[in-house]
Amino acid sequence: MYLYTYDGTFEGLLTVVFEAYERKAWPTSIVKEELAQPFMFGETITVVADEDKANRVWKGLQKKLSVGALQALYHTYLWEQANLEQIIFDYIKLAFDTSESIEGNYAALCVLQVQQAAKQVHREKHRMEAFVRFEKTADELFYATISPDFNVLPLIIRHFEKRYADQRWAIYDTKRGFGAYYDLTSVLLVNFEHAPSRYRVLPQGVLATDEDKYKQLWQVYFDNVNIPERKNPKLHLRHIPKRYWKYLSEKQPRMLL
Amino acid sequence: MDDRIIEKLSILADAAKYDVSCSSSGGKRKNENKGLGNAEGMGICHSYTEDGRCVSLLKILLTNHCIYDCAYCITRRSNDVKRAGFTVQEVVDLTINFYRRNYIEGLFLSSGIFKNSDYTMERLVRVAKKLRLEHKFNGYIHLKTIPGASEELIKEAGLYADRLSVNIELPSDNSLQQLAPEKSYAQILQPMKDIKNQLVQATEEKKLFKSAPVFAPAGQSTQLIVGASAENDNQILQLSSSLYKDYNLKRVYYSGYVPVSTDSRLSILTETPVIRENRIYQADWLMRFYGFDAKELLDEQHPNLDLDIDPKLSWALRNPHSFPIELNTADYEMILRVPGIGVKSAKKIVSARRFAQLNFDHLKQMGVVLKRAKYFITCQTRSLNRRDYDMQEIRNRILFGDGSVRSALLTQQLDLFKQVS
Repeated sequence: MYLYTYDGTFEGLLTVVFEAYERKAWPTSIVKEELAQPFMFGETITVVADEDKANRVWKGLQKKLSVGALQALYHTYLWEQANLEQIIFDYIKLAFDTSESIEGNYAALCVLQVQQAAKQVHREKHRMEAFVRFEKTADELFYATISPDFNVLPLIIRHFEKRYADQRWAIYDTKRGFGAYYDLTSVLLVNFEHAPSRYRVLPQGVLATDEDKYKQLWQVYFDNVNIPERKNPKLHLRHIPKRYWKYLSEKQPRMLL
Repeated sequence: MDDRIIEKLSILADAAKYDVSCSSSGGKRKNENKGLGNAEGMGICHSYTEDGRCVSLLKILLTNHCIYDCAYCITRRSNDVKRAGFTVQEVVDLTINFYRRNYIEGLFLSSGIFKNSDYTMERLVRVAKKLRLEHKFNGYIHLKTIPGASEELIKEAGLYADRLSVNIELPSDNSLQQLAPEKSYAQILQPMKDIKNQLVQATEEKKLFKSAPVFAPAGQSTQLIVGASAENDNQILQLSSSLYKDYNLKRVYYSGYVPVSTDSRLSILTETPVIRENRIYQADWLMRFYGFDAKELLDEQHPNLDLDIDPKLSWALRNPHSFPIELNTADYEMILRVPGIGVKSAKKIVSARRFAQLNFDHLKQMGVVLKRAKYFITCQTRSLNRRDYDMQEIRNRILFGDGSVRSALLTQQLDLFKQVS
């Protein structure tokens, strides 16, 4: 029985895979250091993330798996749910142990679980791309906060970088305490010293003078494209569950100017 | 000045909302000029209205002044509504500012016809041109093509727009002439044909020269109103089937008629049931993604889609000789025809069975929905049914008991009533 602990990074997790193969000691459990409980029976192995070892595992995987499958593995890591380490480990081991490709073998539990986790993460990523609402500040920064169910900020940066190449923007994950800032040339990951409070983040007076006008115009637009005769609250909620309303300016109280 | 814009926006968004197209994908327009916007990926729905429709584009009319008098249309000349019109600059400002805040994927611009077709079309093109050339805007643009507009203007529109559409409005020329005397199929099909020819030409040129100008890369679509005239579902599906084949349309949209008018030319003044529109869309999907031909779904004996059950189930019940099928060996095309199994599930099944003989537990884990499918499939020759059912029994079991899949849009009372009678 072997308990592996790691630092919580993707690199650390790949290092665990390396160490397990090195020792031929298959993990009974893999947990983050800070969550580790003393283990009564068997050995605890503390793994220090190692770039070279992680790279070797990743290179080995690249020979066995398509880009899509590698991406799904990384998405499973960003999923942040209990037991993701074991799922990823089982998947990698199955990939190394099988001579043909394991992708599409949904009869194997770990393959199915990775596919399902990746799907959930991908859906949340897509929702963030849709539901982020920027507010323009007086110094022409477009600012938004998010608090997604999974850690998808790293996945949406590319999308916004390509889309808003000619404006400065920042997206801050209030749940995880980090953000992305685009300065017209590249994106930087930033930790703000005073993490903004949860939802309404920008103090009054910081916003551009025309911000309220466009917010209001958007609300007017939203109200007028609706066909009241065909009201369908069930369908409406299926598309935008209430937990996403906090992002949406059209779901905030109507503004009177 | 703000108040005036707010009023215009409310009038012209309200007037445009019956146009149902919301697609924002297929533009493939990359942000290569360090400009604003990128439409290379899939479409994004940024919000949803309370009636459950997606909001991905700023969908507005340039103006609701109109010289035509189409009975089904809220902006018809004889209707007493508030009129308004945007300037080109106002539309451009709204689009850019909404886009920068991530409210929308782009613009869907249509218009009432003022003065004449070319005059109107020319203004629509001007908006698109300004967005592309002056603002380096790479978001999605869908322009409505005004019936009767000249070929040159359509050609120019295609240079700046991602999608063009001409609304066919009603399912037959006869109805159109009755309800929209100034319009005719000939006048609508001509620009549709022009767009198709331009699309074909552009693809040919693209093969020869990589730098050839693009023409409406997301193709063309159309829309017709269901329930404002007397055509049955069979006529509607035949029409869309021929539009897909003969005009290479990307989409035909169906809009269940909402009574916006008490015009005496309209014989039917009740609202079209949402469920009918829904069934027609399902049938449309079956034609485009599931390999069904319109003739398989409906014919003279069955001129209308069954409102109680979906068209695929309805087809399966009429074709008992095709079932059950063995999932471990059946062709992909046949798996697609099993009620309750969609494209994704069918693909997963075909992929997974290369590794293992599938059983029902595998299917459940993969998320294949068996409520309807179980009557039509076997896994390793096993069935989930204790005995054979005939098709009438299957229909009743699916509708009324044993894991009912009755559509939420149907009321329970209706079913009970039918059971009794």
